[in-house]
Amino acid sequence: MTDYTSLDIVQRSASTEQPPTIRTKTEVAKLIDVSKCIGCKACQSACEEWNDLRDDIGENVGVYDNPHDLSAKTWTLMRFTEYENAGGELEWLIRKDGCMHCSDPGCLKACPSPGAIVQYANGIVDFVEENCIGCGYCVKGCPFNIPRISQEDRKAYKCTLCSDRVAVGQAPACAKTCPTGAIMFGTKEAMIEQANERIVDLQSRGFDNAGLYNPEGVGGTHVMYVLHHADKPQIYANLPNKPRISALVQLWKGGFKIFGLATLAMATIGGFFHYVTAGPDEVPPEEEIEAADEAERSK
Amino acid sequence: MSVTTGHSQARRAQTERANAEREVIVSRYTGLQRVNHWITAGLFTLLGISGLAMFSPYLFFLTGLFGGGQATRAIHPWLGCGLAASFFLLFIRFWLLNIPNRDDVLWMLRIGDIVRNKHDRLPPLGKYNAGQKGVFWSQTALIGIMFCSGLVIWDQYFFAFTSIEQKRIAVLAHSVAAIFSIAIILVHIYAGLWIRGTTRAMIRGNVTGGWAIRHHRKWFYKQAATYGEVRRDKHGGH
Repeated sequence: MTDYTSLDIVQRSASTEQPPTIRTKTEVAKLIDVSKCIGCKACQSACEEWNDLRDDIGENVGVYDNPHDLSAKTWTLMRFTEYENAGGELEWLIRKDGCMHCSDPGCLKACPSPGAIVQYANGIVDFVEENCIGCGYCVKGCPFNIPRISQEDRKAYKCTLCSDRVAVGQAPACAKTCPTGAIMFGTKEAMIEQANERIVDLQSRGFDNAGLYNPEGVGGTHVMYVLHHADKPQIYANLPNKPRISALVQLWKGGFKIFGLATLAMATIGGFFHYVTAGPDEVPPEEEIEAADEAERSK
Repeated sequence: MSVTTGHSQARRAQTERANAEREVIVSRYTGLQRVNHWITAGLFTLLGISGLAMFSPYLFFLTGLFGGGQATRAIHPWLGCGLAASFFLLFIRFWLLNIPNRDDVLWMLRIGDIVRNKHDRLPPLGKYNAGQKGVFWSQTALIGIMFCSGLVIWDQYFFAFTSIEQKRIAVLAHSVAAIFSIAIILVHIYAGLWIRGTTRAMIRGNVTGGWAIRHHRKWFYKQAATYGEVRRDKHGGH
C-alpha cells in the first residue's frame, strides 16, 4: 500500500530553501460527487466538530446557505443554487465549498511570510497560523475566494483537508461523516478512477455533460467535484470556469519582485559608481567670493 | 600635473583665508520646514524597511526590527497615515516653488553636463531645479497612490469596501509605486551627498552664498533683493 501520510513539505511560502525530496510522493484527493449530495450539512457539522470551531449564530434571511459565507470558523459550506435547466425543470444544485488544495496554490504564491503556508508531499495545502502575519495576501492570491482572516487574532484560516487526520491514515472528517457517500477520499489516482466510473453512469442517465472538475489552470486540485453540468461550473454558486492565479498576482509575485529589487540595487550601485567617477560637486572659492561681492552690492 | 594641483591648492587656501571673513550665508529652510522634512524622512525610512520586508522573502528578516511579522504588518499602515499627513504639510509648503518653468527644460537638456559637475552652460535657476521638482511631484503622485491603494489593502478596517479583484490591483499598484518612490528617494539622498553643501540646508537651515550662486542663482538674487536674507557671517560660516 502506498503511503500518503507523509508530512514532508514540498512547497513553503516565501522561502528559497530546497524542500526534502528523498521520499516518493503519493497525492491524495477528496472527491465531492455533487450529484449524490442531499445538502444535509453533516460535513459542516463534522468539520466544526473535528476542528473545534464554533461560528457565531447567524440570521435566517430565507436561504438554505447557513452560515451565509465561509469564515475563519467555517471552513466548509454547502452552497445551494436553484437552477432551471434547458428543459425548464428545476435542479437543486448543492456544492460543498471549501479549499480546493491546488497543486499550484495562489495563496502560497502570494504569502510573504516564510512557512505560513505549506504544501505537503500528499498535496494538502496547509496554513501554519503560527507563522501567519495576517496581511491577507493569501485572500488576493486565491482564485476560489477561500481564505478568511480572523477578526479575533488577525490570522488566516481555511480547510486543512484534515491534514492531522490524514497524517495518521484517517479520512477527513467531512468524508467520514457524509451519509450518502458523496464525499470520498483516497489517492488522487483512485479518486479520478472513481469519478470516471460515476461520470459514465451519469452520462448514461441523460447528463451528457457530466464530468470531473479538476482545473488545469491551477495544476489540478486535491479537492475535485463530479458535476452533472461540468461544461458550466459557474452555475454551481459561481464555481470558477477556468480558475488560475490572477495575472496581477503573478506579475506582483513574479517578475516585479525581481525587477523591484534590481531597481533599488541599481540605484544604490549607480550612485556609488557615479561618486567614484565624477566625484563630488564642490562650490569653488571663486563662487563664494562672487556671492560675497554680490551681497555687498545689493546692500 | 601634480605641480599644478599643488599650486591650485595653495591658491585655494589663500583665497579661502582672504574670504573667510566675507563669507555669506543664505537661509534656505525654517526650523519648522526642517522638522517637517525630517519627520517625513523618518517615516519614509520606517515604511520602506517594513514594506520591503513584506515585499520579498529575502528581506523578510527586516520584520525583526519591528517586533516580528504580525507587528510589522500592523504598524506599517499607521506609519503610512503619518507619512501621508506629514507629506501633505510639505506639499502645502512647497508646491508653489515647484511649478515647472522654461529654465527646467534647458536644465534637463543639459543633464549630461550636470552629472559631470560642469556648470558653465547651465541656466540660472530659482529655488529648485528640475531634478528637485521631479522628486517633489513624483513623490506627490507616488505617495498619493500608496496612500489610496494602502487603504484598499488595509484589511483590518477596510476589507468590506472593495472587491478582491480591486485589492489585487491595489496591492500591485502599491508595490510598484513603492519601488519607484524608494528608488527616487535613493537618488534624492545621493544628490544631497554628491552636491556638497546641500545637506546643511536641511540640517542647519542655510547654505553658503557660493552654493546658492552655483546652484540657484536666481533664488540667490531674489533672496538678496526681496528679503535681505543674504547676510554676512562674522565668524566665517561653517
